[in-house]
Amino acid sequence: MLLTHLSLINFKNCTDISIELNSSVNCFLGNNGEGKTNVLDAIYYLSNTKSYFNSIDSQNIKFGEPFFVAQGKFSINEETTNVYCGVKKGAKKQFKFNKKSYLKLAEHIGKFPVVIITPYDSNLILEGSETRRKFLDRLISQFNKPYLENLIAYNKLLNQRNATLKQMAESQRFNADLLAVIDMQLIEKGNFVHQERKQFLNEFIPIFNHFYKDISNQNEKVTLTYTSTLNDNSFEQLLNDNIAKDRVVTYTTKGIHKDDLEFKIMDDYSLKKFASQGQQKSFLIALKLAQFEYIKKKKGFSPILLLDDIFDKLDESRVNYILQMIAHKKLGQTFITDTSLNKVTNILSKLKVNFKSFEIKQGGATLITEDNQEL
Amino acid sequence: MDFKSKLLNNAVEEMSSLPGIGKRTALRLVLHLLNQSKEEVNQFANSFKLLRENIVFCKICYNISDTEICHICQNKNRDHSIICVVQDIRDILAIESTQQFKGYYHVLGGIISPMDGIGPDDLNIDELILRSKDEKVKEIILALSATMEGDTTNFYLFRKLSESNVKTSVIARGIGIGNELEYTDEITLGRSIIHRSLFESSLSK
Ligand SMILES: [Zn+2]
Repeated sequence: MLLTHLSLINFKNCTDISIELNSSVNCFLGNNGEGKTNVLDAIYYLSNTKSYFNSIDSQNIKFGEPFFVAQGKFSINEETTNVYCGVKKGAKKQFKFNKKSYLKLAEHIGKFPVVIITPYDSNLILEGSETRRKFLDRLISQFNKPYLENLIAYNKLLNQRNATLKQMAESQRFNADLLAVIDMQLIEKGNFVHQERKQFLNEFIPIFNHFYKDISNQNEKVTLTYTSTLNDNSFEQLLNDNIAKDRVVTYTTKGIHKDDLEFKIMDDYSLKKFASQGQQKSFLIALKLAQFEYIKKKKGFSPILLLDDIFDKLDESRVNYILQMIAHKKLGQTFITDTSLNKVTNILSKLKVNFKSFEIKQGGATLITEDNQEL
Repeated sequence: MDFKSKLLNNAVEEMSSLPGIGKRTALRLVLHLLNQSKEEVNQFANSFKLLRENIVFCKICYNISDTEICHICQNKNRDHSIICVVQDIRDILAIESTQQFKGYYHVLGGIISPMDGIGPDDLNIDELILRSKDEKVKEIILALSATMEGDTTNFYLFRKLSESNVKTSVIARGIGIGNELEYTDEITLGRSIIHRSLFESSLSK
């Protein structure tokens, strides 16, 4: 899959950008704050119908402007698709596939997959379980439509259940029948999501292990585990066993909304507390490369890879690992940001990788290198 | 807007309290009324007063009615064996216009929507269960909106109705028709009533 053209108007601080892209590597270079990460985010946006960094659409409009437009030309097996997104303050978001609006935005998810590696990935280790579930959900949704539908339905039913628990507590009138019909639906959706997560991780974890071993070059063992209260008990049993507690706290204490991915080192030590910075970084890159590999396997083509600021934030050996993959054409079309105007391009030239580079300055883009020739 | 006239201010304020009416439109409508004769405006205002004061909910089906029992429930020629359950009276109008349904109605007055604070106690559910126990009643058709809240309400009613000796069915809904009955065209709606299915068979979707 390729992104052949990208144009942005007022997307964050990108005022007016319209660029033709290289099919292997594109570099966005410039100082921090000039907008290079925003260009990557725009690509992420066109793939996922939302920003990686800020899910509030109106906040992705350039300050003081009334709207933004992001457009990309994607091509899969020679077939070209125009993806258009327009967001105007106070109006419904326009998201179009070859000029046709979607009935539901969710229909777009997974058509043009991207994988992003950014310094913010450390949130996967540092933050609460919600961040890891989001990672899991976004990834599975890329190729599993029923998963996304069931998950959305589950969340709505969960809200229904929690609101019902609250109202029953306030009115002091318990309606077992109402709770039973909500539970019945919740159990059906929850079991589906749980099964799909389990099956996904059965396939995903070996790929992850392979990458981690490859990157770390060390003997320390890390483990990625899927934890869910549904692993050992039926959801129905869990809801029944915890109803007294749920009624007291007035929310649902058990279910797939509490699932997590556990990151551990040396069998039983938390990665967050006991692993070195280097080990954590290797872990995250392995996670993202496994995501790349998994999507590639499922879709039959490489997703787009977005590398945000990795030269500043990663050490040489890990950067080299990724560059070697690029040089050996193991990755697909790749987009790289860096602060230095020539560091990345020098390395890519040495590796004989074909690339284009753009200088991003004050929200505009200037082509500075094409087919490895400085202009 | 301040018109230095309390009377005008009040009238515009009241008019703009209606759904979909902004201050500008309210002013235009109020000025229009001012241009009419006193009798005409009196008649206009009176019609709302009378509506609010005299209209009642049918004692049987909760349809709005001028009389204690609505014209549908008064009609003895309809089919006593079927009751169609709807959210509000707009759905009765929609289904009546299809001319495909000859049974009676029951207006719930909404659907179970915990997020909006609407539970079973806020709806005319107990009254429906009571009606379903009449031995003349053989079938209850659920014609609620095809949303998550509609589903929860269907499941709830089905559970409650299982104590009565009636069969429960749901109207057929095409995939992707998420719109409310009111907006479904007559032919589609007519068909979906004819092609209703037993509720049990629609449990596993
Ligand atoms: Zn009536």
